[in-house]
Amino acid sequence: MKSFKLDWLILPLLGIAVVLLAWQISCKTWAKELPSPAKTWDASKDYVLKPFEKRGEMDQGILRFTWYSLVLVAKGYAIALVVGTPIGFFLGLSKAFTKTFDPIIQVLRPVSPLAWLPLGLVLFLGAGKQASEMGALFTIAICAMWPTVLNTAVGVRAVPQDYLNVAKVLKLSRWKTLTKVLIPATLPYMFTGFRLSLGIAWLVIVAAEMLTGRPGVGGFLWQEYNALLYEHIILCIITIGVVGFILDRLMSLVESRFKTA
Amino acid sequence: MPYLELKSVSKGYGLNGARTEVLRDVNLTIDQGEFVAIVGYSGAGKTTLMSILAGLIRPDAGTVTLEGREMTGPGPDRGLVFQNYSLLPWLTVAENIRLAVDQVFPEKSEAERAAHTTEFIELVSLTPARDKRPHELSGGMRQRVSVARTLAMNPKVLLCDEPLSALDALTRANLQDEITRIRTLHRQTVVLVTNDPDEAILLADRVVPLTAGPNATLGRSFIVNLPHPRDRKALNHDLRFRELRREISEFLLQSRQDRHATLTRKLVLPDIEPEDLSVPRSRLGRSRPLRSNELKEATVEVTS
Ligand SMILES: Nc1ncnc2c1ncn2[C@@H]1O[C@H](COP(=O)(O)OP(=O)(O)O)[C@@H](O)[C@H]1O
Ligand SMILES: [Mg+2]
Repeated sequence: MKSFKLDWLILPLLGIAVVLLAWQISCKTWAKELPSPAKTWDASKDYVLKPFEKRGEMDQGILRFTWYSLVLVAKGYAIALVVGTPIGFFLGLSKAFTKTFDPIIQVLRPVSPLAWLPLGLVLFLGAGKQASEMGALFTIAICAMWPTVLNTAVGVRAVPQDYLNVAKVLKLSRWKTLTKVLIPATLPYMFTGFRLSLGIAWLVIVAAEMLTGRPGVGGFLWQEYNALLYEHIILCIITIGVVGFILDRLMSLVESRFKTA
Repeated sequence: MPYLELKSVSKGYGLNGARTEVLRDVNLTIDQGEFVAIVGYSGAGKTTLMSILAGLIRPDAGTVTLEGREMTGPGPDRGLVFQNYSLLPWLTVAENIRLAVDQVFPEKSEAERAAHTTEFIELVSLTPARDKRPHELSGGMRQRVSVARTLAMNPKVLLCDEPLSALDALTRANLQDEITRIRTLHRQTVVLVTNDPDEAILLADRVVPLTAGPNATLGRSFIVNLPHPRDRKALNHDLRFRELRREISEFLLQSRQDRHATLTRKLVLPDIEPEDLSVPRSRLGRSRPLRSNELKEATVEVTS
């Protein structure tokens, strides 16, 4: 298709209009329980227009809920990076390490967050009030870790032999080879992993909050489902999508900075 | 006692089935302060030879000695200028050189090391580019950085692996002059690898041809008895220069002919071939067995 003036704005708006139309038609025809777009807006506007209000533990402005979720994601994501990056380095550097742990990683990687969470809760039973948070963090970390692990490993293996030769000729110590050569050379790959990991961490948060009933977008979604307030489910879905999109964009910006370096 | 010595060095790559002997029985002695050029076809094993001298790879047989001590690993006493520059792209010109300086002179003060770095940036006339990254530089400038980085290590022997081969003719001539200039300044022992006999004769005190591979070995030495400084244009008319060039080229051509002529061509074999068992199957399991007609190339040796 030819591009025209303002197509970057008009075409996406057109896309949104098409989806809204399909939604409207659906709720008038086959999906009688689905609230219409207008009804959804009506029921949600309190949460959107006063996004930081706190009316009760499970009745807060949508950005306030988002903030809780983001804090939890940030913690879990940080654990994923701190644990995943070194594992990636070991995998990239040592064939023996790869042979030992690669099969386990390949088996653990596809396990769903819904399967990890109960295990997480069990592991931290002793933590009392903190148990649900620790379980959620465990789940986020273990699910979000893999892209970082694998991309870092690929990056380390892809470090050009030339750079390693420079390190050898200069007789850089192991530590200096790591900090001056390996890490800088691997950074672009690492950041691709970090971006993918963040996407997964955000996916996992909803599941984790739903099951633990913690306040946050996911917890709110699940509560409103149980309260039969279906409009708010849609509000949550849209919020989760938009936040996920923004996070991904931000990480792409960081990533592209390291690509050119 | 020779300063730098290679004694019956051999090196090959690959396992039994697909093994190529690259170097066989290479011997070379170099005096302190001497400038030796090694000329050879591409693929003959020049980089392999330099990597052995630098200690980056171990020969299968034979030894490398410097000042009588056997060399078993890399070290800053043998500075290598890599064929492809090998600058670290995330560091600036100054930082690339500084990394080497910090490593080789840990006992010097911060200020001394900074001054040392600056001195070598100046030596290769790159002061205006000191804070640029390699990707902002032309090929010639990158190679200058690489040379400066190596010289800044103050190596006993300077090893240059085709430092100028990737450059255009003008830049090349420029850098040849620069190498001569730096060399008269520092009087270092230099081993230069090149595929250009003219360059070898222009720069070196002695030219040693490397025969065509596989099983390449060094030929006899050709002493270059031409006074310094050598003028590129005048040399072209110099009888001694032309005679040397003829002799070296002839030697190289001859080495290609009277060795086993080696043909590399694609072999298309009928599909009924048995599975090639000498090729190990990969761990993750290739779904089909490898047949030898799936090998991209095969080398057929014809001994005349
Ligand atoms: N790491 C390696 N593994 C297998 N074969 C190699 C390796 N390095 C070089 N070779 C082979 O050795 C021969 C000589 O290579 P090289 O020393 O790079 O030649 P030159 O520098 O003279 O062009 C080539 O045939 C090349 O394919
Ligand atoms: Mg080479």
